[in-house]
Amino acid sequence: MQKRKTVEYGKYGYFFILPFFIIFLIFQFYPLISTFWTSFDVIEKTGRNNETLVRGFGNFSKFVFTKDSEIWKSLGVTVLLWLSNFAPQILFSLLLAAWFTNQHAKLKGQGAYKVIMYMPNIITAATIAVLFFNLFAQTGPLGQIFTKINLNKGWWSFAIIAFIQFWMWYGNTMIVLIAGIMGISPSLYEAAMVDGANGWQQFRMITIPLLKPILQFTMVTSAIGGLQMYDIPQLFNKGDPQIVTASGASFFSTKTVVMVIKQYIIGTSANLGRASAYSVMLFFVTLVVSMIFYKATSEKKSK
Amino acid sequence: MANFQVNMTEEKKAFHVGIIFKYIICIFLCLLSLFPFWVLFVNSTLQSDTIIKGLHMLPGGNFFTNYKGLLAKSQLTNTVSLGQGMLNSIIITVPSTILQVYFACLTAYGVTVYDFKLKKFAWAFIYAIMMIPTQVSIVGLINVCKLTGMYGTRLPLILPAIAAPTTVYFMKQYMEASFPVEIVSAARIDGAGEFRTFNSIALPIMKPAMATQAIFGFVASWNNLYTPSIILATKANKGTMPMFVEALKSNDKQRDFGQIYCGLFISVLPIMVAYFILSKYIVAGVALGGVKE
Repeated sequence: MQKRKTVEYGKYGYFFILPFFIIFLIFQFYPLISTFWTSFDVIEKTGRNNETLVRGFGNFSKFVFTKDSEIWKSLGVTVLLWLSNFAPQILFSLLLAAWFTNQHAKLKGQGAYKVIMYMPNIITAATIAVLFFNLFAQTGPLGQIFTKINLNKGWWSFAIIAFIQFWMWYGNTMIVLIAGIMGISPSLYEAAMVDGANGWQQFRMITIPLLKPILQFTMVTSAIGGLQMYDIPQLFNKGDPQIVTASGASFFSTKTVVMVIKQYIIGTSANLGRASAYSVMLFFVTLVVSMIFYKATSEKKSK
Repeated sequence: MANFQVNMTEEKKAFHVGIIFKYIICIFLCLLSLFPFWVLFVNSTLQSDTIIKGLHMLPGGNFFTNYKGLLAKSQLTNTVSLGQGMLNSIIITVPSTILQVYFACLTAYGVTVYDFKLKKFAWAFIYAIMMIPTQVSIVGLINVCKLTGMYGTRLPLILPAIAAPTTVYFMKQYMEASFPVEIVSAARIDGAGEFRTFNSIALPIMKPAMATQAIFGFVASWNNLYTPSIILATKANKGTMPMFVEALKSNDKQRDFGQIYCGLFISVLPIMVAYFILSKYIVAGVALGGVKE
């Protein structure tokens, strides 16, 4: 009876979802196709000061699939930056989430801890990057206390950027994990206690396995976000030419994929074809990571 | 018996040490969250000469001098000024937040309440595009904007909010949990039109979810640096707050640290005040998994 009614009105559904799809087509789908299309625009030098635009795979053969391609190097940097903030982030978040959900030793002031620990996540990343740069610069208040820190050395910049990312995100991950642990049935823990399992055993045998889907989700969304990392490294040390030359060549460069792409979009070295080829590469890397996500969530559904 | 008691006290001792350790870590992490912002505030009230002498923990009285100096400087360097940046950010962020929340509700309503042929496909599609980051198609976005004359305007920063798949996803989840679909058929019997039913019956029920999503939409738009810095690259007068921060960093050869810290402080002030007022809702929203940028 009810079904027949909804069928009558069914066509209205199209009107409701139409604006979403129109805007999606204009601002997301077309731009994606257009980026693929532009990646075949190759600038070729035809004389000393002459350039022509030809179509072909030149951008990929010259800039992506070559030895010492800057984009793979920056991908390495990006992945490393992500790993070195995500590893401590997930460990701290798990530990804190376990403490906060422990029924036998309730910590006072949990609400306040959560609010304060999450706070850095909501503050403009651009501001945080400039703030930390000024704090740790040689004339900065912390740079003067920790005199060993030298932002001209690439790996110090790298370490501080990784720390900022950790500091901005562990509160967020912690809150998500707390919610996950709260969703686990208390009767499981009660049964485990009756069987004589201690806190660590309960954590390892109940919490971790049941939290696995959420952990996977957290990891993959964080990885996808991490691949697009831009604001912090860009504003932390890109504005200072001294530091770019000091860290640009070394292994501990902090130039991420999106920073390289942006360099070819605006400014003196603008080359939209090259920027597009790099974007296409980033798209496929992100896609592979997303596939892992879908695998993870389909496992979750089958349970 | 005596033996048992000894065991008990030892266990209690271990328990106490453990809980004190936990408190120490929690308080340390809280201080770690607050410390940079406290230094930011303190330094915004000091003179540049004082700042470079070391770490200061107590505020001074130079805030308004720094503020005035900052305003004068942005006139000289032809970059966006503090007030202008704030205003520009509001002009972009407020409409984009409203559009994002309203249309996410509309879309979620469409795929929840109605049965139509492409319903399953539409929903699977929205779910699938959730993970596509906007950064990868930035060149194409520039092409679209140049094609339609929107390059250098604020429209490409506002309109895309209408298609926010993550927001739709959470609206749909909320709707499935707390929106009784029978209400719609009841409204039809009373003669209400479909859009009226949505606006006057569904939207009020969705208010809590809309508030949460509005906060996160607002913050994401306000903090966004990448897209505005490309779309508005040639329009210094339309620069947003994060672009003001970027200019603060790069254009300043003769650095006045008092002014830099002052600019940074004012750039975080609105979000920080809003955060401490709304923190309860925000933390609850994060727990729902609503904010992965």
